[in-house]
Parts: sequence; structure tokens; C-alpha cells
Amino acid sequence: MKKSLARYIIIRVLLTIPMVFILLSIVFVVLRVMPGDPVSSMLGGHAPEKVIEQKKEELGLNRSLPVQYVQYLWHVCHLDLGESMVFKEKVTKAISDKLPATIELTFFAMIITLFMGVFLGAYAADKRRTTQDYGIRLYGIVVYCIPVYWMGLMLQLIFGIWLNVLPVAGRVGARIFTSDFEKTGLYVLDTIMAGDFASLGDVLLHLVLPAFTLGIVLSGIFVRLTRANMLDVLKSDYILAAEARGIPHRKIVYKHALKNAFIPVLTMMGLQFALLMAGAVLTETTFSWPGMGRLLLERIYLRDYPTIQGIIIVVALVVALASLVVDVVYAMVDPRVRY
Amino acid sequence: MKYSPAAGMARLISGFTGLGRKYGLEWWILVIGALIILAIVYMAAFPGTIAPFSPYNQDTGPQLAPPSAVHFMGTDNLQRDVWSRIVFGSQTILRVAVLAALVSSIVGITLGLISGFSGGWFDKVLSLIMDSLYSFPGLILAIAFAAMLGPGVINIMLAVAVIYIPTYFRLVRGQTLSIKEDLFVEAAKAIGASRFTILWQYIFPNVIATTAVVFTLNVADAIMTEAALTYLGLGLPPSIVDWGMDLAMGKKFLPSGHWWLITFPGVMISLLALGFTMLGEGLAEILNPRLLER
Repeated sequence: MKKSLARYIIIRVLLTIPMVFILLSIVFVVLRVMPGDPVSSMLGGHAPEKVIEQKKEELGLNRSLPVQYVQYLWHVCHLDLGESMVFKEKVTKAISDKLPATIELTFFAMIITLFMGVFLGAYAADKRRTTQDYGIRLYGIVVYCIPVYWMGLMLQLIFGIWLNVLPVAGRVGARIFTSDFEKTGLYVLDTIMAGDFASLGDVLLHLVLPAFTLGIVLSGIFVRLTRANMLDVLKSDYILAAEARGIPHRKIVYKHALKNAFIPVLTMMGLQFALLMAGAVLTETTFSWPGMGRLLLERIYLRDYPTIQGIIIVVALVVALASLVVDVVYAMVDPRVRY
Repeated sequence: MKYSPAAGMARLISGFTGLGRKYGLEWWILVIGALIILAIVYMAAFPGTIAPFSPYNQDTGPQLAPPSAVHFMGTDNLQRDVWSRIVFGSQTILRVAVLAALVSSIVGITLGLISGFSGGWFDKVLSLIMDSLYSFPGLILAIAFAAMLGPGVINIMLAVAVIYIPTYFRLVRGQTLSIKEDLFVEAAKAIGASRFTILWQYIFPNVIATTAVVFTLNVADAIMTEAALTYLGLGLPPSIVDWGMDLAMGKKFLPSGHWWLITFPGVMISLLALGFTMLGEGLAEILNPRLLER
């Protein structure tokens, strides 16, 4: 039993390698075909020919594409994502500086999404074909169609400008020095470990709007998924049996049925992680949140190939890891799942 | 029987409500979605009939004026009429989203058919590539493509199209795999139909029906991706009127409380996406009666 689970995990890990490789190759080719190169955007359009050639030589850009490709792959295999072409810094450093901000944002957004989605979905299924059900289903559809950045702007307008109760940009206020507590880059964790509860309050306050923006927009999908699964579960015989035994209705719905309906929802969570990352890019731009999404956009304008490639790899890995974790949890919860 | 417009209208309405009674809520979701789309398509087709100003006119009234009787969605920092820009902007987003969905459906369906039908290593490699693309956040990929291609309507359309190809590929390939085992395909082979005939006349018609719903939902998604790209400043030159770009422009005036610059373009993007989603949802539930039990 234990052995087959281990085997399953190993197979799943091996399966993520081709995915990362394919994405990397696509991005590598796509970036090289791009009009405009990093050297001219770095030196300005009027640099003399000789300087440009020299810089290209330095960066290895004048070698043939296949050679560059093989070299790059070789470095990646050694966990070296290269050096930024625009700034003098390691790509891994640039990414590891920004990754925690994105993780913190997506983590809290996911919690909000799950809570709202699962409970609204379960409630709607319980009250099937009533006004509450139609209302919640409408919420699910409407919320799915709201662009996440627009939701962010509207929340900024309402809570940041009109009511003036929540900060609209950044991770901490101007008077907080992050160097006082920064260790992992996950500020919530850092401030708790440092015992700095004043800063913790500030950090959480800054998290409210971005996390709710992302969380609310994604909750629509979970409402639908949970509702659909709950309807199936509520029709099953063991629910009827529980009902017959006189177990309180509320307990049946939110304890017995929800537990079973949650398993398929959990598997979908892996797929939704891609949506979450895409949403994070947009949320970060709207809230000036210093994460990976903002880094990606900044570097795309500068044509900083290695950093862009690095970010794509890390996003692919994060998504793959998320779906791996979800699948493994699923396999542990439901022993019928095996390769 | 004498024809009267009133009777015709009454019949039409009773036909509508009859369908409504048969299919319930789903029918009304479909109708409302279709009405939203029709209204915005009208906007895009005949902008001159409803827009009071040219979208480029920089002399329509005061600067940054709140909504009023003349400018019922206000004016922007360049004294342009927000409502007129919304009306003309509908052309860009509709064109890009629908064309992108068309391109990706054509490419995706073709590849899916061939891949599912031929099998072998070609199928394996293509499936692996498509699955990798599918599991990656589409928007991030679209950002990279849009940046690569540079600004332009065709370019942004392609950037959006690329990320939806795997959706169609996976759907069509899966169906092709099961349909090609069916008896009627066997029969076609027996009477000596060519591979192309089997694919085009036997399998394709059976696959295309299910893609209709996916296509509608895909347009809704493409609308949001297009708006996201232009909001991020990728994809379109500033001379084109576009809702996402207007939103990005309005963002600068958010701290000073000029709410009309961000509210209206955002409402329109949501509404258009909502129209296509409702149409798709309605279609899905009506075409698939098993779902109606829910």
C-alpha cells in the first residue's frame, strides 16, 4: 500500500519534467524570434555598431540559436538560470526576492476562494431551485466574468479612496521597515516569528484588498463545482439513510455530504492554480504588489531574456508542484486512485 | 386568417415563454445572454447612431467632467467623451475576441482530429505539447506572445488565439478517439472510404456539435484576456480605441476619485463576457438535457 503511493508520487514527479522542458523550449524560441533585442534596449538605439557587437559577444547572443539553447539547458539542469541581461544580478536572486510576495498573495486568495466557494456552493445545493440557489448561481457566473484587475480597481476606489479604510498599494506602510523582521519574505510569517505584532497588523491590512480581489473572482468556479458535486452526493443512498436515522439535516449536509463532495473539488484545485497565477499577475499590477507578475512585466519591456525564461520556468514549476500536491493528497484520501 | 403584427408578436412571445416553460431558467439565461451580445454587436456595427461624439474628439466639453446630461459617462483628461469611446471601443474587443476564438478553434479542431485519428508518435508528442500548454497559466503565455509580436490588432488576436488551441485540441482529440471506434466508421472503411473522407464526412460532423458551447465560452474568456493584455499596455497602439486601454488610462485618475473613467469600461468588459458566458451556459444545459435535472 505504502509502496504504491510512493511509486505514484515518483511517476507524477517524472511527468512534470517534459512539461517544464516543453514550456521552456517554446519560450526560448519565442523570445529569440522577438523583434528588438536586449542589447539595443540596454544601450539605447544610438550605440555604435562596435559597442553593440562587443556587448552581444559578452552576453553570448552572437552564437547560433541551437548552441545558445543547449548551453541554456545545460545551465538549467544545474539549477542555474543565468544572469539578468539588463541588471547585474542572478536571475535566481531576482526571482527568489519576489516569489514570497506572490506566494503570500495566492495563499490567502486561495483560502478566501475555498471558503466562499465551498460554503456558497454547498448552501446552494442544499437549497436547490430556490431563490437563494438562483442568487448564488448568478453570483458564480457574474463573478467569473469580472476581470480581476477591474475588481481590484473598484475595491480600491470604494475602500481605499471613498471610505479610506484600507491601503491600496504595496505590502507594508511607509513607516514600517521590513528589514526589522524580514527572513523568509513571507511577511505574515516573518512578523509573527519576530513577535512584531504592530507590523503584522499592517501587513495583514495591506493583504486584505489584493487577497479578496483575487479570492472573490476565483470563487465563482468553486461555487459551481461544489454545487454540482453536492447535488450528486445529496442524491445518494447513504444521505437518505442518514436522513432516515434522524441525524439533523444541517449536520448531514455540512458534515457528511460536504466531505464527500469536497474530494472532486480538491482535484480541480490543481488546475485552478494556473488561473490563480494568471490572476496574481493582474492583481499585482493593480495593487503595486512587488511579486513575480510585476517582475515579469518589467522585464518583458526590457527584453531581459534570462529573467523572463526564469520566471516562466518557476511559474511552470509552481503550477506543476501544486497539481502534484493536490494529486498526492487526493491519492492519500481516496485509495481508489492509482496509476 | 388575417395577418396582424400584434398577433404575430403575441405568437412570438408565447413561443418564447413556451420554451421558457420547457427549459426553465436555462432558457432565460440563454435569452438574456443573447440580448446582451446583440446590443453590443449593434454598438459595434453602427456606432455612429448612438455615439454623440467621435472617440478621438478632444473638444467635447470640460476636462474630467463627471457624468452629466451631455456626457452621460463623463469625459476623460483629454476632454473626450467616455460613452463615445465605449461605443467605438466595442469594435476592437469584439473583433479580437471572436477572431481569436475562430482561429484557435480552427487550428485546435484540425490538429485534434488528425492527432486523434492517426495516433502513433505524432499523437503522443502533440498531446504532450498541448497538455503542457494547457496546464500553464494562459495569460502569462499570452503576455509573452503579445510582447513578442508587438502592438497591433492582428498580433494581439494571435497572442490570444494561441493559448486556447489546447482547449479545442483536447476536446476534439478525445472525441475522435472514441468516435473512430464506432460502427459507422468501420462501415465507411469497409466500403473503401479514404482516410480524408472518413475524417471529414464521418468524424468531423459528430465532433463539431460539442465545440459550439466551448466556442461561446471561449469567446467570453478571450474577451477578458484581450482586455487584460491591453490593460497591461501590451498589444495595441494608442491610436486604437479599446476598453482595456481606457481602463488603464482611467487607473491614473483613481486616486483623485474620478470613478467614471474606470467604472464604465470595466462594466462593459464584464457585461460582454457575461453575455457570452450566459449564452454558452444556456446552450450547454439545453443541449445536454441530463444536466437539466440539476
